[in-house]
Amino acid sequence: MKSPGLTVRESKGWLKANKWLLLRRISQISILLLFMAGPWFGLWIIKGNLVSSLTLDVLPLSDPYVVLQTFFTGQKVAGTALIGAGIVLLFYILFGGRVYCSWICPVNIVTDVANGLRRRLDIKGGAHITRKARYWILGMTFILATMTGTIAWELVNPVSMLHRGIIFGMGMGWVVIFAVFIFDLLVSRHGWCGHLCPVGAFYSLVGTQSFIRVNALDRDKCDDCMDCFAVCPEQQVISPALKGARKGIGPVITSGNCNNCGRCIDVCSKEVFHFGTRFAKEKNSKNINLRMTRNTEATS
Amino acid sequence: MNNPLPQTGINRRRFLVNSARTASGVFFLAVGVGLYAKRSESLPAYAIRPPGVKDETDFLGSCIRCGLCVRDCPYDILKLATPGEEVATGTPWFEARKIPCEMCEDIPCVEACPTGALDKSLTNIDDARMGLAVLIDQENCLNYLGLRCDVCYRVCPLIEKAITLEPQHNRRSGKHTLFIPIVHSDACTGCGKCEHACVLDQAAIKVLPEHLAKGELGRHYRVGWKEKERLGRSLVTPDVEHQFNLPEGMQYDYEGQGLIQEQTPVTPFPENPLESLNRNAGETQ
Repeated sequence: MKSPGLTVRESKGWLKANKWLLLRRISQISILLLFMAGPWFGLWIIKGNLVSSLTLDVLPLSDPYVVLQTFFTGQKVAGTALIGAGIVLLFYILFGGRVYCSWICPVNIVTDVANGLRRRLDIKGGAHITRKARYWILGMTFILATMTGTIAWELVNPVSMLHRGIIFGMGMGWVVIFAVFIFDLLVSRHGWCGHLCPVGAFYSLVGTQSFIRVNALDRDKCDDCMDCFAVCPEQQVISPALKGARKGIGPVITSGNCNNCGRCIDVCSKEVFHFGTRFAKEKNSKNINLRMTRNTEATS
Repeated sequence: MNNPLPQTGINRRRFLVNSARTASGVFFLAVGVGLYAKRSESLPAYAIRPPGVKDETDFLGSCIRCGLCVRDCPYDILKLATPGEEVATGTPWFEARKIPCEMCEDIPCVEACPTGALDKSLTNIDDARMGLAVLIDQENCLNYLGLRCDVCYRVCPLIEKAITLEPQHNRRSGKHTLFIPIVHSDACTGCGKCEHACVLDQAAIKVLPEHLAKGELGRHYRVGWKEKERLGRSLVTPDVEHQFNLPEGMQYDYEGQGLIQEQTPVTPFPENPLESLNRNAGETQ
């Protein structure tokens, strides 16, 4: 099996072919390090964890999903958590909700490794789970919060468990993270992040109208190598933008489930994909006609 | 496909079956998480919550498990529960026997809480009710054995208010005094200093959650002497001096050892029995 991104590695070199992936890892790890600087070196830049934190003793940041769960328990939550959740919400509305998943969430590193290993070991197939399951689980977490009066999901949520665990102590939490890892490796491809995780589901809803989006402005250059589909954790979001010219669908990936991870930009040797705004447009309509004929040829 | 059913019918059926399938799978997950959540509401007796927590379920509904209280605790007393521990995952707690609350006057843990799960209306740490100390083992407590250990009393931040020493007769020796440590729930904050300091291998005094430590009078109950003190008079019928229906010249007083004769009774018989025997002897002659 051809490794995705091989062509681009040969043409542009390893560094350029992994630019966004590297930036993402730097972002994920440096955010983790910012949180760890306190407990490790006594450098208290950020206190707390991703659920709620205080930066430089002034800036509160809170996870709007967890704060929302507290509302469903019927507790009157008041305080800086509300301000923090508002700030975070604004950020993700602007930059794409699931930017959280690919640029910040530590579980993403775990599931990316699982998926990379899955590709390397050539493990195919697995349990079929609908990608809509995450929205059912999202709803379930709110119903459970109401029924139990506690934020029940946070007892088992691997996302908050891993981040909190790294900073405050994992305990048996490693078992949960290992379970997510082998689930993604052997049971279902992108099973956790792409199908089940309610945190991602929540942020996909936050990001439905986000300003920063990946587009396929140069979709007429696509040579159907399928590398972007191979690496994309949410492959269903690519097709409309990349192949939708004939149906009159614009080149911007508008789905809230696009992580804005930029991996498709990395692996595309034809430089079809770019980061841009959700209002990005193709330069002229002549290209569309040209591509229409080409696509017809390709499919026929 | 040569299916006699119209396409929409198949799609609707498929949609419903698929939705039901997903819903069932999620329900399966919900049952597990839900039951686990109910189970995790039962805080073990050795675990103490930081100041400002009133009700455990309410706390688990409003604490978002960020650990800011842990960070602002200047003595590193608080910790976040990890998965596998008996305390609800991610929530702050401490164990008095290991390290008790120092009762900071500015209550930084409550100050740090971003959700109000630790109640901000708690401004005086003496009003905190993290639990209630109970001298639970009266067989091994050194003071009960007649020694002057007094350690729990001495370390109490609210000495003479939360713990007092009450003298009692030592019936074993017959001539000494026992100084019994008594915890007063109207002052004890549950900080755990006493449990931490207890010199026994296993503490005789332990901080327990208030609902385990305290009894409660029936609601209809009124303690007579307290009501009397409050009102300045008896709640029920006014006190009447008791009267004994005794023969004239008799009194009853227990301290005077029971029945008392006021004076020698009037009796027709003379003190000397010979007098009565010889009473009419001269007349008949």
